[in-house]
Amino acid sequence: MNSGETVIKTANLTKQFGDFVAVNQISFEVYKGEIFGFLGANGAGKTTAMRMLCGLSIPSSGNATVAGFDIYRQPEQIKRQIGYMSQKFSLYEDLTVKENIHFFGGIYGLDNQELKTKSDALIAQLGLQSEAKTLVRELPLGWKQKLAFSVSVLHKPKIVFLDEPTGGVDPVTRRQFWTLIYEAASNGITVFVTTHYMDEAEYCNRVSIMVDGSIEALGTPQELKTQLNETTMDGVFYQLARGAKREA
Amino acid sequence: MVEHSASGAGSSKKSLNMIAVNHISKTYNGGAVKAVNDVSFTVDRGELFGLIGPDGAGKSSIFRMLTTLLLPDSGTATVNGYNIVTNYQQIRSSVGYMPGRFSLYQDLSIEENLHFFATLFNTTVEENYHLIADIYVQIAPFKKRRAGKLSGGMKQKLALCCALIHKPTVLFLDEPTTGVDPVSRKEFWEMLGRLKRQGITIVVSTPYMDEASLCDRIALIQQGKILSVDTPQQIIAAYPDQLYAVKAADMLRLVQILPTFRPSVNSYLFGEYIHVDALDINGDGLKDDLIRFLDAEGFKGIEVIPISPTIEDCFIKMLTS
Repeated sequence: MNSGETVIKTANLTKQFGDFVAVNQISFEVYKGEIFGFLGANGAGKTTAMRMLCGLSIPSSGNATVAGFDIYRQPEQIKRQIGYMSQKFSLYEDLTVKENIHFFGGIYGLDNQELKTKSDALIAQLGLQSEAKTLVRELPLGWKQKLAFSVSVLHKPKIVFLDEPTGGVDPVTRRQFWTLIYEAASNGITVFVTTHYMDEAEYCNRVSIMVDGSIEALGTPQELKTQLNETTMDGVFYQLARGAKREA
Repeated sequence: MVEHSASGAGSSKKSLNMIAVNHISKTYNGGAVKAVNDVSFTVDRGELFGLIGPDGAGKSSIFRMLTTLLLPDSGTATVNGYNIVTNYQQIRSSVGYMPGRFSLYQDLSIEENLHFFATLFNTTVEENYHLIADIYVQIAPFKKRRAGKLSGGMKQKLALCCALIHKPTVLFLDEPTTGVDPVSRKEFWEMLGRLKRQGITIVVSTPYMDEASLCDRIALIQQGKILSVDTPQQIIAAYPDQLYAVKAADMLRLVQILPTFRPSVNSYLFGEYIHVDALDINGDGLKDDLIRFLDAEGFKGIEVIPISPTIEDCFIKMLTS
């Protein structure tokens, strides 16, 4: 599953807004093909950290490389090596399924020939043949999320960032979504994912838990449960995050 | 069922049901989208009732109809004995509603918002302060701050205070915990428990199945249809099959191989285990068979444990059968 090759490496990565230290000296590594769960309470600094790793926000101090590129000097190269999907924004609601695939595929640099073959293959794989010309707005949420994920990995990125990808999705579709994540990971795509579902933390190879801007724990789900003497990830999360000072 | 609707507002007020919903339906886009499809349920006085289902199940449409913001296409419903169509004014002045989207005045401060809503309902903050006291003290240090500048958690607490300040007979909370982390979700449910003890009837919706067990009774909803209405305990007791939690060293391979074990056996990821649903409950020996099967496939560290289902298992069962 992971080859030991490092695809994300941060050292004391920090982001400050005025007096407020949103992300406080976080250091960690993520390996190729790994499913890395990035957990934390609301307001712990997850989104700010993710924005820095995606090349969208310049750190105040510390270092990081993503897919081998430096986040200060090479943010544009980083953007070409990653995919991104969030629950809030992933697809254009007033474009059709096919138009969305072409739009995002084009943005990610696929040429016309690739776009044609890949979009046909994707539509067939998701069983959306009869919905190819349907506006995304009219798709059920679960289909939308599966499509959004598939679009975000269409260009075979080194890393895909998923920000609460399964929020509000029904329990059957949520599990189908995780099958897609496993497939991507087994194809060597590194998955960096946030979630508030603690059962999903168990599906990750390793997880980190952020509290008030710092990473308070990092390890496999089993390691964290053993360390904190808990039987579930829910218990682990509760034990670490309930001490948070920051108002969510 | 034929019902005497509007006329009975006063007389039926004494009935046990705080809310009675009879076969209501709601469609959008000229009938193309069936948001709520022939839904019926009742909520008792003082009950904490949960509408549990994913996005798009129809939860918000039901809330909007019961709070008189949306007319049903067909069917009837009463809230505290008042008809949702003909007695909408009485309902509006007696219920509290916290919609899924933050809907207070962003450019008023915390205390101004609260004062505004109290005045709107002809009351004062002082009169019902006891209802909101333990929530309000948490945001009181910031009472001069504009609502638009508050964090998500503080906005939520303010919205709850504003929905409570006129001492509503029923509190409607539409997805108050969506996108909220597990610690804050737990705190929110503790607040709901305290409100319930003060005698307020609460109807709450959530996509999180683990919150179902905190309700007195729940309705499981999917695609506008109610799958089941009962106490969480009864829904779990009604689960027809035996469920097993299965684990082995190589979970990824286990997920892939389990569907080949027996065609009648459904399996799915569940936290650190895979849940295996044995359809033929009488055909015992499944556990031994399964262990033999996994052994023969070369799995190490095999665990097969009979378990009772959770609400999420029940929901999955209803969706897949």
